[in-house]
Amino acid sequence: MAAVAAGPGPGSGPGDSPEGPEAEAPERRRKAHGMLKLYYGLSEGEAAGRPSGSDPLDPTDLNGAHFDPEVYLDKLRRECPLAQLMDSETDMVRQIRALDSDMQTLVYENYNKFISATDTIRKMKNDFRKMEDEMDRLATNMAVITDFSARISATLQDRHERITKLAGVHALLRKLQFLFELPSRLTKCVELGAYGQAVRYQGRARAVLQQYQHLPSFRAIQDDCQVITARLAQQLRQRFREGGSGAPEQAECVELLLALGEPAEELCEEFLAHARGRLEAELRSLEAELGPSPPAPDVLEFTDRGGSGFVGGLCQVASAYQELFAAQGPAGAEKLAAFARELGGRYFALVERRLAQEQGGGDNSLLVRALDRFHRRLRAPGALLAAAGLAEAATEIVERVARERLGHHLQGLRSAFLGCLTDVRQALAAPRLAGKEGPGLAELLANVASSILSHIKASLAAVHLFTAKEVSFSNKPYFRGEFCSQGVREGLIVGFIRSMCQTAQSFCDSPGEKGGATPPALLLLLSRLCLDYETATISYILTLTDEQFLVQDQSPVTPVSTLCAEARETARRLLTHYVKVQGLVISQMLRKSVETRDWLSTLEPRNVRAVMKRVVEDTTAIDVQVGLLYEEGVRKAQSSDSSKRTFSVYSSSRQQGRYAPSYTPSAPMDTNLLSNIQKLFSERIDVFSPVEFNKVSVLTGIIKISLKTLLECVRLRTFGRFGLQQVQVDCHFLQLYLWRFVADEELVHLLLDEVVASAALRCPDPVPMEPSVVEVICERG
Amino acid sequence: MDFPPPVAAERSVVWEPTGDGRRVISLADSHILLWDLQESSSQAVLAGSASLEGKGQLKFTAGRWSPHHTCTQVATANDTTIRGWDTRSMSQIYCIENAHGQLVRDLDFNPNKQYYLASCGDDCKVKFWDTRNVTEPVKTLEEHSHWVWSVRYNHSHDQLVLTGSSDSRVILSNMVSISSEPFGHLVDDDDLSDQEERRPEEKSQEPPQDSVIATYEEHEDSVYAVDWSSADPWLFASLSYDGRLVINRVPRALKYHILL
Repeated sequence: MAAVAAGPGPGSGPGDSPEGPEAEAPERRRKAHGMLKLYYGLSEGEAAGRPSGSDPLDPTDLNGAHFDPEVYLDKLRRECPLAQLMDSETDMVRQIRALDSDMQTLVYENYNKFISATDTIRKMKNDFRKMEDEMDRLATNMAVITDFSARISATLQDRHERITKLAGVHALLRKLQFLFELPSRLTKCVELGAYGQAVRYQGRARAVLQQYQHLPSFRAIQDDCQVITARLAQQLRQRFREGGSGAPEQAECVELLLALGEPAEELCEEFLAHARGRLEAELRSLEAELGPSPPAPDVLEFTDRGGSGFVGGLCQVASAYQELFAAQGPAGAEKLAAFARELGGRYFALVERRLAQEQGGGDNSLLVRALDRFHRRLRAPGALLAAAGLAEAATEIVERVARERLGHHLQGLRSAFLGCLTDVRQALAAPRLAGKEGPGLAELLANVASSILSHIKASLAAVHLFTAKEVSFSNKPYFRGEFCSQGVREGLIVGFIRSMCQTAQSFCDSPGEKGGATPPALLLLLSRLCLDYETATISYILTLTDEQFLVQDQSPVTPVSTLCAEARETARRLLTHYVKVQGLVISQMLRKSVETRDWLSTLEPRNVRAVMKRVVEDTTAIDVQVGLLYEEGVRKAQSSDSSKRTFSVYSSSRQQGRYAPSYTPSAPMDTNLLSNIQKLFSERIDVFSPVEFNKVSVLTGIIKISLKTLLECVRLRTFGRFGLQQVQVDCHFLQLYLWRFVADEELVHLLLDEVVASAALRCPDPVPMEPSVVEVICERG
Repeated sequence: MDFPPPVAAERSVVWEPTGDGRRVISLADSHILLWDLQESSSQAVLAGSASLEGKGQLKFTAGRWSPHHTCTQVATANDTTIRGWDTRSMSQIYCIENAHGQLVRDLDFNPNKQYYLASCGDDCKVKFWDTRNVTEPVKTLEEHSHWVWSVRYNHSHDQLVLTGSSDSRVILSNMVSISSEPFGHLVDDDDLSDQEERRPEEKSQEPPQDSVIATYEEHEDSVYAVDWSSADPWLFASLSYDGRLVINRVPRALKYHILL
């Protein structure tokens, strides 16, 4: 029921009165209701306060908004029986009564409130009326005030304008005063030396003076100012020229002069000229240090001084220049670059001279540090003066020095090697003089090898300094690539090994083939050294190098195998030469012994000739010598026959029997035939054949050469009977002692048979000695 | 014809290569003797002599008469030294010290090039000298493996050099680069230029290379002498210790190459 009181409240205002007569248009009315509800934002269901399920527009709904009493009554009348009608009537009456009583209760309850509200409204009405009066008064007053104000400002307008004008005049007068005082101020400033202040004043006044120069008074001031300014400029220049002060002060002078409007071009020239003077003085002092006399300071100190003096100066000049003459544009920069290039070039020349003095020295670390300083120092101006290319030039110098160092080290290694050789020569010569045993060959070899290796390592370590990380130039491409691969590996190490091989080979080519020039032991030692290099040392050194200098460069390098092959070839040539030399020594002995003796009138042999003993001794000595450095080697199987090693009577006699037929007193034709047949089945003997790297092969070579010489010499002589017998004895002796040195003893037998046979052929009365007698003589001798 | 009794053992006797054959030199130990054989007399007259002076026993090992300069030059070898003599004054004209590492065994003059001299010795080498410049050999051959006992130029084609050695080998070498014949027969080339098929061959053989033509190994023992036939320039003989004399011909292909 509350909905009936509130719900139709707003809507019934316009709709209640036309309800009766306009019953024929309920549609329109409902529409208007809907629109109102819409206006109040209520959904129809909510407004009805009922579940939205029932039709809100039902005109028979007693509580509905569209309740139509006529329809409702009609409906009741038509549908309901009487009893129900009666019920509904009573029900309705009851409801109406209840509503009425409710309404009465509400009115009673709210009566007080209505009364107080009415009172309040009345009071408010009264207050507002008072307030309205006051507002009116205020408006009147304001109008009066406005009026007065307008009047005052109109009165003051005139004076205000005059004051403004006066203030302007005052400012102008102050400016003028400044201008009139300017000359004296300038003078004072100049006197006090406050050039900066003076230049500021001048700068402030210049434009004005320029503008009003047509007025005579200003003209005078301007003239005065110009005079003073000229003097100022003069003084500044004076100060600038005197130049005793440092670069910053000079820069200040130049700045002031520029502010005075002096021509920049000229100043720039002059500035550079002054800078040049200073830097040249630095250079001169450096040069003086360099001097012709030896007491030059060490290279580190030199580069330090150069770096701080010259390079620092150059840096200052460059930065000052760039600040001052930035307006000059590319031409100015070009001028500076040329300036830096020229002086830099002279500085570099000095540094190079100094470094050249250092070339001979051994201390790499100092040099590298000096170079590092030098290079590092030049980076700053390099950045400032990229155009002058100082950094590049510096890098180039460093690279050149590095290259020279490499060359120097190579030279050092070479001379160290030669020194080692000299030592060896002396060591080899010494024991003969002193008559006592010197250090053994093996020991000498070890000494030489270790000394060379340590030299190489020292050189590598020294050169390695160039690529140390903390050195500023080590990350240059040259030092990362070419220096490592081409310089160190190829130039230094490979170069040294090659030169070592060449030096060694040169001993083979020496004209002194007679054996005097090079001690044979040295040849042997070198040969072994080269062989050792081939087997191990070369690869070791190269691995070491590659490890120390991580080669990033892909340029081709000499492979280890090539070097090894070279070393092996050298070793082979040396050993062959050794064989030749030693063979020649023994050959000479044998030849002399054959050539100088009168074989026709010799006596019956009683002894083995001393020279043969000497030959055996020498051969034994050579055997020992070679044995110190080379392995035994392989003999032919037959030589391992133990019976021969013991020199048993049996073995000797058996040998005796074997070549006995060749000098039995038979017809020469038979001998010839026999020897020819024998040769048919034996291999040709290649006398100067290449040798292998073992003792047996070396000794075989030497003995072959010696015996062949003996053979050829014997063939040139004529023998008496006893001469022949002597040869027989000698050969038997040689056979007894030489077989054990050679790879194939058959060879010795063959050659000695040949010797005896040849002697027999050259003998008019070939009566050989009894083999048993020969044996006895040999055993005895 | 008699010679006066020798002062020392005669080493070798060399006839004057051209002329009327009246002159002979003989080498005896350290003396070089020039003999004049007079037809009228049965006695040889000593026309001149010279001797080596120096420490030790100096002995001549070989001598050779130069066919040039109207036979006024003789070359001798003693130990490792080669000396040239003027037979008119019997004085030394040149001296090649240490011509070989060891003993010099034989000498021969190039028959067509007047200053060229070949020598061989115990260092297994054959060397060719220009006697005007004796500091360096013009050419060195190292083909033998033992002493070289004999060296001979072919009489007409002097690029052919024959050597015999105690390694029992005879080697025939073709020393084109120092021969008197021009390289590749320039004149012939012009004549043959129209024959197309020959050209590539000729081209491939140029530039001429000194080479070993052949190594003869018929000998079983040391070869002590080699020489060319004086009748047939393509024939040569070698003699070895075992008494074997081997006669060989220059290979046909080479012969035609030289001739054509």
